[in-house]
Amino acid sequence: MRGHLGIRIAQVIPTLLLVSIYVFCLQQLMPGDPALVLAGEERDPQVLAQIRAELWLDRPLPIQYFHWIGNVLTGDFGFSWRIRQPVSMLIAQKLPVTLQLGSMAFVIALSIGVPMGIISAVNKNGFLDYLANGIGLAGLSTPNFWLGIMMILLISVQLGWLPPSGYVSLAEDWRQSLATTIMPAFVLGNAIAAVLMRHTRSAMLTALEQDYVRTARAKGLREWTVVLRHALRNALVPVVTLGALELGTLLSGAVLTEQVFSVPGFGKLIVDAVFNRDYPVVQGVVLVTATVYVTLNLVADVLYVLINPRLRGA
Amino acid sequence: MRRSLIAAALLATVASGPLAAQDLPTLRIGLADDADALDPTMARSFVGRIVFAGLCDKLVDLDANLNVVPQLAESFAWTDSKTLVFKLRPNMKFHDGTDVDAAAVKYTMERHLTMQGSGRRAEISSLDHVEIVDPLTVRMVLKAPSAPFLTALTDRAGMIVSPKAAEAAGKDFSLKPVCAGPFKFVERVAQDHITLERFDGYWNAPAIKLGRIVYRTVTDPSVRLANLQAGALDMAERIAPTDVETVKKNAKLKLAVYDGLGYQALTFNVAHGDRAKTPIGQSALVRQAFALSIDRAALVQVVYAGMFTPSAQAIPPASPFYAAGVPAPGRDIAAAKKLLAEAGVKLPVVVDLTVTNSATQQQEGEVMQSMAAEAGFDVKVHTMEFAASLDADDRGDFAVHLIGWSGRADADGNLYVFLHTGGPQNVSAYSNPDVDVWLDGARAVQDVAARRDLYGKIAAQNVKDVPLMYLYINKWITGMSTKLEGYTPIADGMIRPQGLTLAK
Repeated sequence: MRGHLGIRIAQVIPTLLLVSIYVFCLQQLMPGDPALVLAGEERDPQVLAQIRAELWLDRPLPIQYFHWIGNVLTGDFGFSWRIRQPVSMLIAQKLPVTLQLGSMAFVIALSIGVPMGIISAVNKNGFLDYLANGIGLAGLSTPNFWLGIMMILLISVQLGWLPPSGYVSLAEDWRQSLATTIMPAFVLGNAIAAVLMRHTRSAMLTALEQDYVRTARAKGLREWTVVLRHALRNALVPVVTLGALELGTLLSGAVLTEQVFSVPGFGKLIVDAVFNRDYPVVQGVVLVTATVYVTLNLVADVLYVLINPRLRGA
Repeated sequence: MRRSLIAAALLATVASGPLAAQDLPTLRIGLADDADALDPTMARSFVGRIVFAGLCDKLVDLDANLNVVPQLAESFAWTDSKTLVFKLRPNMKFHDGTDVDAAAVKYTMERHLTMQGSGRRAEISSLDHVEIVDPLTVRMVLKAPSAPFLTALTDRAGMIVSPKAAEAAGKDFSLKPVCAGPFKFVERVAQDHITLERFDGYWNAPAIKLGRIVYRTVTDPSVRLANLQAGALDMAERIAPTDVETVKKNAKLKLAVYDGLGYQALTFNVAHGDRAKTPIGQSALVRQAFALSIDRAALVQVVYAGMFTPSAQAIPPASPFYAAGVPAPGRDIAAAKKLLAEAGVKLPVVVDLTVTNSATQQQEGEVMQSMAAEAGFDVKVHTMEFAASLDADDRGDFAVHLIGWSGRADADGNLYVFLHTGGPQNVSAYSNPDVDVWLDGARAVQDVAARRDLYGKIAAQNVKDVPLMYLYINKWITGMSTKLEGYTPIADGMIRPQGLTLAK
């Protein structure tokens, strides 16, 4: 067990280093000169040369890379070329936003998707099954962008119930914070709920046909006890795997939804940075996201070993 | 310590009287982009300038007729063609309480010229040195006569920063900018909002009837409008032309629609590398034919609900340098075909047109594609991401590029860098010795009528040579709540807080 864990942890560092090289090199393939973008409308060659010198863009790539990664190792992610704020400060501002939005969306997805999947499986080919499937299909096929704008127009502009966009942090005013994030969280959660619903349904259908379910019924247990305590437990395994994957995606930012609701999260940060060729921001955000992913993976592996003793000898 | 803080706070409240920031309304403005660095020396974005209008006063400002008027400077005068003297208002303070004086002006100008990565250096490159005459008088000495120099000081180059704060902050000045504008910096959350608070020590404090301004970044135009409709914003810049009717129908909202300084144009590659070696790059007749095949008014009608002003020149009608003798010509397919025959080119003439990957730019490209087809052009529209297209321009890797210019208050800023031989933005590699002489001449004289004549000659020559085909002059479409009064539209599109009032 310890050996396994040791190897997994030892793999983290080279993985992250590879990610850092990968991001750094991929950026160089993007067309567009960062100095030109930064200079805005001023294209005086002297100004461009000054910008290149200031940002080390006039030095060989390996030197640029080692300069950056060396600073990262000491905790300095550099500063945004465009807005001249430290990248670590930008990440610290955006990460809580994305965490809050992602977890709210996830809770919404779970609380809609799983019960709907169960109801649908239990009422297979019945009215509720068709209804749940219909709602699921609508959820999957509605673009987030469109749903977001429609919700803003209906709930904020027509009815005036919720603020149309923006973000207030939980610490500042939790009520206002929930009011600003509930719509984007719903839009994000909606699509995932549909995926979860369909997976729960098919896993439940398989589980309900198993022998142990028949045994449970034969024992004379009540139908809902059979469904929730016997079938669901087993059916949830693939759903949990899927849910974890979706959570990972949510935490790397939701570009379109953040754009529509003007939520200043990770997605908007990285997309704006790519368009502005703000390399330090792109590199910093990707590195942090990769670290979160790798850490979550590591935790999952450890949990897996703890749950399944057969893997301990491996 | 705590007691003294409370006492100080109480004193401040009493001293500031009825116009204390907390008693006054907060104005919420929706911006179409996130501002870049909040440092007048480093900044380059358009929306950043809107924030600076609240944060940093300038030596001089523009009035509604684009005349240069005093701001931090009480008066200014050219003592000769190369010497400009500013007399500052007395008793002005920066947000950190230090004095706005001649030394601060000299410091700021030198900072603009020498700071690494300065965005101002090119704008004031004609400045040789600054002399302090007395604490309230500065003399700026230029290397050569430059008429546009004074106008440059109506923008970021004229914003004076606190030397004490700038020295202390170094490169981090943009994290906490300290200027002498009506509002002081409170906080910024990138891509979300920038908050400013009324500065009680402002030299023109009675003109400021707002307690705070919150600039919110809302990039999507429909969402910006929705925020305005829902009352979450009091003002929104750059309303989409297609949304104008919606705003007009809303009793709680109103619009300010006025000509800007910028234009949209087709840039033709006439001599920049191999991509210039096409019929449309090599022959002015073919370019003239192309220009005649485009109906500017119809283009603007289809794509922008007719909101923008069709134009065949770089200078907006609002400017004193507008060439009235060069109107936007109508469409004339017969004349276009005749010119193509005269040029002796094989039909159809293939034209590679690069447009940015935005919906409206693509639409513009497609409209022109169908218009030009009737005259014998086969326009191929290529979409490209904006940053990549700038790079392609610089390398000469384009034939025709649909791209705009945000515009400058002085005509020189819309022309010189694009048309002068070797100009930094002359990606067409256009060169006409006469145009060079006129451009240089218009820089060297102060007389408005004389300059207007020269710019008129340039506009007329452009219609013959067509290195750039101007399509239309942008309009600013600013939406606002009917509770907001006192907004003065000025062609630079800024939102000046002086005189704005917001009913509760």
